Amino acid sequence: MPDHSLAPLLPLGGATPRRDTFAGLTITENPDVAIASVACRMGRDADLAKAAAALFGTALPVPGQMVAKGDWALFWTGPGQWMATAPFATHEDISRIVKAGLGDTASVTEQTDAWVRFDIDGARAPDMFERLCILDTRRMAAGSANRTMIEHLGTFVLCHRAGEAFSVLGPRSAAASLHHAHVAAAKSAI
Amino acid sequence: MNQMNRINGQPLGGTEATGAPRSGQANRLSGGQIDHAKTLNFRFDGKTFQGHPGDTLASALLANGVRLMGRSFKYHRPRGPLTSGSEEPNALVELRSGARQEPNTRATVAELFDGLEAMSQNRWPSLSFDALAINDRLSTFLTAGFYYKTFMWPKAFWEKLYEPIIRRAAGLGSLSMETDPDLYDKGFLHADLLIVGSGPAGLAAALTAGRAGAQVILAEEDFLFGGRLIAETYRLGSGSGADWAAAAIAELAAMPNVRLMPRTTVIGAFDHGITGAVERVSDHLAVPAAGKPRQILWRIYAKRTLLCAGAIERPIPFENNDRPGILLAGAIRAYANRWAATPGKTVAIFTNNDDGLRTATDLIDKGVSVAAVIDTRPEGKTLAGTTHLKGATVIDSAGRLGLTGITVRLGTGETRQIACTALGVSGGWNPNVHLTCHQRGRPVWDAKIAAFVPGADLPPSMSVAGAATGDLTTSGALASGAAGAVAALDALGITARAAELPEAEDAPVNVTPFWYVKHGKGRAWIDQQNDVTVKDVKLAHQEGYRSVEHLKRYTTLGMATDQGKTSNMAGLAVMAELTSKSIPATGTTIFRPPYTPVPIATFAGRSAGKDFRPVRQTPSHKWAAEQGAVFVEVGMWKRAQWFPRQGETHWRQSVDREVLATRNSVGICDVTTLGKIDVQGTDAAEFLNRVYANPFAKLAVGKVRYGLMLREDGMAMDDGTTARLAEDHFVTTTTTANAVGVYRHMEFCRQCLWPDLDVQIISTTEAWAQFSVAGPNARKLLQKIVDPGHDISNEAFPYMGCGEITVCGGLRARLFRISFSGELAYEIAVPTRYGDGLIRAMVEAGKQYDSVVYGTEALGVMRIEKGHAAGNELNGTTTARNLGMAGMVSKKKDAIGSTLSEREGLNRDDVLALVGFRPVDRSRPLVAGSHFINVGAEATAANDQGYMTSVAFSPNLGHSVGLGFLKSGGARKGETLRAVNPLNNEEVEVEVVSAHFIDPEGDRLRA
Repeated sequence: MPDHSLAPLLPLGGATPRRDTFAGLTITENPDVAIASVACRMGRDADLAKAAAALFGTALPVPGQMVAKGDWALFWTGPGQWMATAPFATHEDISRIVKAGLGDTASVTEQTDAWVRFDIDGARAPDMFERLCILDTRRMAAGSANRTMIEHLGTFVLCHRAGEAFSVLGPRSAAASLHHAHVAAAKSAI
Repeated sequence: MNQMNRINGQPLGGTEATGAPRSGQANRLSGGQIDHAKTLNFRFDGKTFQGHPGDTLASALLANGVRLMGRSFKYHRPRGPLTSGSEEPNALVELRSGARQEPNTRATVAELFDGLEAMSQNRWPSLSFDALAINDRLSTFLTAGFYYKTFMWPKAFWEKLYEPIIRRAAGLGSLSMETDPDLYDKGFLHADLLIVGSGPAGLAAALTAGRAGAQVILAEEDFLFGGRLIAETYRLGSGSGADWAAAAIAELAAMPNVRLMPRTTVIGAFDHGITGAVERVSDHLAVPAAGKPRQILWRIYAKRTLLCAGAIERPIPFENNDRPGILLAGAIRAYANRWAATPGKTVAIFTNNDDGLRTATDLIDKGVSVAAVIDTRPEGKTLAGTTHLKGATVIDSAGRLGLTGITVRLGTGETRQIACTALGVSGGWNPNVHLTCHQRGRPVWDAKIAAFVPGADLPPSMSVAGAATGDLTTSGALASGAAGAVAALDALGITARAAELPEAEDAPVNVTPFWYVKHGKGRAWIDQQNDVTVKDVKLAHQEGYRSVEHLKRYTTLGMATDQGKTSNMAGLAVMAELTSKSIPATGTTIFRPPYTPVPIATFAGRSAGKDFRPVRQTPSHKWAAEQGAVFVEVGMWKRAQWFPRQGETHWRQSVDREVLATRNSVGICDVTTLGKIDVQGTDAAEFLNRVYANPFAKLAVGKVRYGLMLREDGMAMDDGTTARLAEDHFVTTTTTANAVGVYRHMEFCRQCLWPDLDVQIISTTEAWAQFSVAGPNARKLLQKIVDPGHDISNEAFPYMGCGEITVCGGLRARLFRISFSGELAYEIAVPTRYGDGLIRAMVEAGKQYDSVVYGTEALGVMRIEKGHAAGNELNGTTTARNLGMAGMVSKKKDAIGSTLSEREGLNRDDVLALVGFRPVDRSRPLVAGSHFINVGAEATAANDQGYMTSVAFSPNLGHSVGLGFLKSGGARKGETLRAVNPLNNEEVEVEVVSAHFIDPEGDRLRA
């Protein structure tokens, strides 16, 4: 952490992450992830693949997929586009770190605070998700990463463990509405 | 075992005979699928009754001897239930009370619960004495189309007089006018196979598919699974149909790959094989449990859909065939077998097919007296145990509020009166083809059963099994259900073996078409819900409405909550006869979703009230709320509009203070809502050069430029500033309103127009908290925030400069020297999570300068004072030239809109030009939207000189100021005009001035 004097405010307005617990389900606000977008420069696919493998220690994921290696987790967001994530505490300056590693093979943009992230854990997660989005979370494989609409908002749903561990990334400014939608769906289902 | 054990999770007493009927329930029989051991109290029209778990409101009322349940739509005729299911046209009630009161609820599907309250509708003062039954006496004047002809004159009376009276007289239930307190969900389900309906076909299909391991959803609109199996007495194998259904459901319930969905109606077959379904989660409870929805609208993505929706019995219209106590024969059988209730102690049957005879047999077995069976067919076997009149018809009925007897015309031509309190009518069965037609499919005629069956043009991925195909036998339904599942799964590459099936009846229905009884002069009701008679159809024909669609609109046949499920066929048959065409040549009207009525709230889901749409909060929202800010909705954003301070009682006091403090010292404003688009790539500069009308290629790193973006048609689309952070890195800002639209436009340009450019874009609107710091002391304030290593003096950081800096001891930030207010101003951005901390730090730093935080209202006042265009001016009809920015449209390059902006008509000498206005009488306010008219000219459209777009009270000038578009505006400064507001019949004399009311030379912002 840089030693500046400004205190962070979490997306839901608290000083500590919000956590909601239901029988077989928890919804946890997770602000501890730094995010940078990576977009391949035109015609630099091979160069980017090489630089990315060196930086992240893994190949960039294919469409609909997420890969994790060490501190890094990457997911596909569009043709030639990915999000690179890493622990906030050690990678707050993620865009500079990624840019330094990828050089002119890719455009890199800080996205950390563009998103609110909710980690969804528990076997009842699909019961909540079927009231929120079109994804078939019951049959979503571990390592899947999909873009979908939740509460009218464009979101990413990542599946860490099939049927029971997911993350939802949505627009940070609408964090309260997105959180409300999750809690309402959980109450409805459980 | 009984399936209610499983569904409701509560033990039932024996469902076999439990002896004598209880007091009050005079028409309660023994047996059935109800829990006789447990009593539920409910109220109908204020009177208390008893029923049992498993009852519907209709079955419980019938058991209590109540046949009269409503008044008809138009003539206020006394009516009772015609059916035992969702096709019910008559027994519509207002269910529940207070805010939960729901009109037009079908008593036949309203599941009984303890404390249920229902009121009859469309009657005054009471159900048994209804003053508006006078309409029935006036029926000669109230035939089909009467109001098209009768209430035409005088024209003005229609809206204020006739329509309200008609609506009051002819109506169904009433709304509570209170906010619905319940929750509604929407959701998404996925499956290999969706099975619609759980009768013999649906259960055989579900067993077949479930055992094959496929992902199966079995949707049943009833609260009990089994369809007709639980309403019939015939055997399946060695047991009853109900036992077989219960065993099948128990097996399916244990399969993790099968989802059983009772109380779930599939309402529509939509595009791409998607179906919609409404699950009534809590309608069988007095009040939904906390947090639980009343209903859920499911969107089902099934790879295949097997429709097992069964068939719906059709009545035979005859004179006065609508009295309470006259039901479909199959419904009487269902009430007796499933609900242990009968609408009368003495029942007659009127049928044209063998299925009608079953009702007589079952009733006799139940100990109900069957007075006679009136059979339109002269031939066939004779039923024992009753009077079976062959070749006979029912030609009239008697009984004011309920059936007391019928008049029968025998084959010999003589008539006979038969006393009875209920009559079961069967005109045959119509396969339930509704969902097969939702994609414009047309059913085809099957002469064997004299009914329409599904055609070949089914919705994608749908197939049909059971009675819905026209095979009306139980054995046929079982076999086709199993075969249907095998075939559907085969198409998905899943091998399934048809479930072994029990032996079941396979008796043909032997229907002989008999559409309506021609004897009798009175009214024979085809559509009881809409009070449409055989005569009305004849009248429609006589007046030239021959197409079934015209017939429907003219008579209202088949409209409203039941959508003609029991009436359409008879209407078609009468029309076919009149036009001497066959029924298939006459055709059916289009079936449309929803299959049964759906509350609007269910379609809205959670998107209601304060959750209508998500709310976006700015990074300083928490701080602003603490200050008591007044918020305004700007799209989905909530922005602080002004910050009232103690003692301020009018918004103008707060806004004037914020404006003056900013112009005199310094003000801070959260401008995060403006769209931010990160544009990178080796061709980023060229990309922006093509997107914006003005040049960007040579913008220096560390500089910001104002950009005007045109649409392809040359009209202004959006404006904003673009900062060049590096050779290959720009940050573009958009207006708040157009943030998404501009991003979408740029993606289109990038992907579709110029895929050869190396450019990548991504939104960073949310990622950075951005604040405007404006006013003569802006720099001094920021110098306390920006880390000392960064020189922000006028020399080092001049107007339109930008740079990446650090603040507050090392936090990465961006600083832009841009101004919307016309003051010395900066915009400073930090990662969003630090936005709250930054505004608190800046407010603290600004205290020594008496700084303010200002809201959108002060922002608006200052930009109008400065003459900056905003949404009111960039209104989609204005060009760069109108905005006074013609010079910005570069002729040295091609950019979107530049060619079409050269159109002659857009460049005439007298085109509208943006200028300023002030009232000649400085004390008068201006009104945005006013039109300019020359002094002395008539205020007509032909004399229109332009219009006022934005107005504000300028606390700096002490009077109102306005911006507006005026013909040849630039050349008319000093002229006096009238700003006319015809809406309020007001006008103000205004003087044309420069749009720049404050600092026209721009000295302040360069200070």
